[in-house]
Amino acid sequence: MPDNILEVKNLTKWFPLRRGIWQFLRGQQRYARAVDGVSFVIERGEILGLIGESGCGKTTTGKLIMKLMEASSGEIIFNGENVTHLRRPELQKYRRSVQMIFQDPYASMNPRFKIRSVLQEPIVIHSLGRSYNEREAMITKALEEVKLMPATDFMSRFPHMLSGGQRQRAATARALILTPSMLVADEPVSMIDLSTRAEILQMMKTLHKELNLTYLYITHDLSTARYFTDRIAVMYLGKIVEIGAAEDVVEKPGHPYTRALIEAVCEPVTGKLDLIKHLPIKEGEIPSPANIPKGCRFHTRCIHAKPECWEQAEPDLIEIGNKHKVACRRYNEIK
Amino acid sequence: MTNVLEVNNLKLYYYTSKGVVRALDDITFSLQEGETLGIVGESGCGKTTAGLALLNMPMPPGKIAGGQIIIDGQDIVPLAEKEMRRHVRWQKIAMVFQGAMNCLTPVFTIGKLMMETMLEHKTMKKEEAWHIIEKYLGYVGLPAGVTKRYPHELSGGMKQRVVIAMALFMNPKVVVFDEPTTALDVIVQCQILNLIKKLKLEKALLSCIFITHDLATEAEVANRIMVMYGGKIAEIGTNQQIYSERAAHPYTKKLLAATPRLHQKVDHLSFIPGAPPDLLAPPTGCRFHLRCEVAMGKCSAQEPPLIEIEPDHKVACWKVGYKE
Repeated sequence: MPDNILEVKNLTKWFPLRRGIWQFLRGQQRYARAVDGVSFVIERGEILGLIGESGCGKTTTGKLIMKLMEASSGEIIFNGENVTHLRRPELQKYRRSVQMIFQDPYASMNPRFKIRSVLQEPIVIHSLGRSYNEREAMITKALEEVKLMPATDFMSRFPHMLSGGQRQRAATARALILTPSMLVADEPVSMIDLSTRAEILQMMKTLHKELNLTYLYITHDLSTARYFTDRIAVMYLGKIVEIGAAEDVVEKPGHPYTRALIEAVCEPVTGKLDLIKHLPIKEGEIPSPANIPKGCRFHTRCIHAKPECWEQAEPDLIEIGNKHKVACRRYNEIK
Repeated sequence: MTNVLEVNNLKLYYYTSKGVVRALDDITFSLQEGETLGIVGESGCGKTTAGLALLNMPMPPGKIAGGQIIIDGQDIVPLAEKEMRRHVRWQKIAMVFQGAMNCLTPVFTIGKLMMETMLEHKTMKKEEAWHIIEKYLGYVGLPAGVTKRYPHELSGGMKQRVVIAMALFMNPKVVVFDEPTTALDVIVQCQILNLIKKLKLEKALLSCIFITHDLATEAEVANRIMVMYGGKIAEIGTNQQIYSERAAHPYTKKLLAATPRLHQKVDHLSFIPGAPPDLLAPPTGCRFHLRCEVAMGKCSAQEPPLIEIEPDHKVACWKVGYKE
């Protein structure tokens, strides 16, 4: 088997915008470029964090990889096999190996299903367990893996009878029941209380070791990403602007955007009252993905931008050492 | 320093069909002039309920069951609703509600929404009101042009600024912020925290109460921090006391340890096992004892009182401040 479990090459997803009558008659079409040329690889057994603000395309990327959406162009290669345009029944086989944990554990489970039925659904869809006892054993095993014990007790509960943390565990069990090799976790802890957040992350980390899983961890929260991931990719307006080992990205950020993000993170330490933080970023908003700036897409908010940044073509990811890549034309000057 | 707000033995209960939920159970604290008090805790600990209680508008089926809320020398608990509206809410105490930025009426322009707030609370000429609106827009860093725009035309950060400006209009003594940064991106979150600090420096905002679940944002703004657990105060202390080794309550310590830090690689984050207490039937004794690692026999039998262990630092724990 290849070293890279997943390879994403130049992936794009353009959503067509609604057009007016004149645009329709002239045959014009504008797009919101939610994901605009994303490439990365995930090694087997690795945890990659995909980080960005809302609207940067991180969730769309996750959905494209899960094949919940069809990519506009680009390739997704899983275990050496191109899965970009899979159709059933091959798609079903692919989904056995790649499963997803959703952000909101309150919305991602049918409220009228007991936990047993919630976990049984994937088994039935993929026609796995043949007998009742076999299915029951699979469900018990999955629940025990996520430490929802005693499993028989939890099986006969409804989702509303569980706390947020327990629900997210049940959602993880549902993903694990098909023994996938990769999990896409879309903000799995952002809806969970602080006191249990660490518990869920800890559990996911234990599973990662025990079951030799690979994770794509999608989040907006740099602090948990630093704790949880091996590598971090930072997205801005549909493109990766920096990727590297978690430690390198956090401690030696290369891209001006990453620097601003890191500067903006609050930490629970004293002595910051009355201290106004000056973020190394221009005031203003993220441009709309329907109207991405020319040249480097960050130049409208970058404090280091020079005419070359918007006159020349978009910068590619260049290596600055130790597999740490940055998409900034002026990286050497602003170091 | 004078106290602008004093809360004495406040009790707020929700009378549900399943029984009485004691969301706030004997809460006593005060807020000094020019100070920011932070309220932190998990969801369901009563922090939002506390914010709403301060404006004397508990969410039904909640009712204030006892205690006093003294703002500016006046107890507002017995006041009639009409009196509250006319003379207290927004004049003396205002609130930025959780998710308020998503509740701006979409069919009105920002200017119209702001004007409505102004005229509702004070009798004044329209020109005068415009003058004040422009002044406060300046304070929160918005151009005067936003008054002609509709809520959907603004970004999350701008809407949050609008809501903050609206809370400040009547120059209230106290502003309650309920999770003002929760739904925002890190960069915008940082800008809003900067704004709150700036308003305090410029004295446009006097005293405030900042409610959040996030200890990290609290560290940026709050002079004093009140940690709540299960409808009770677990610990109150200054910023320096809470964010250091001097944090005394086991719950506060655990919460701090469970917060991941950016510039510190840890292999094992600690967490608090179990779930917050059911306030319909809270555990006897200390409400935290079921999840507490250092709990002893007394903890499940008797409720610990809030005692002062050093100046400005109060803790409710049998393990702290008591000699065997």
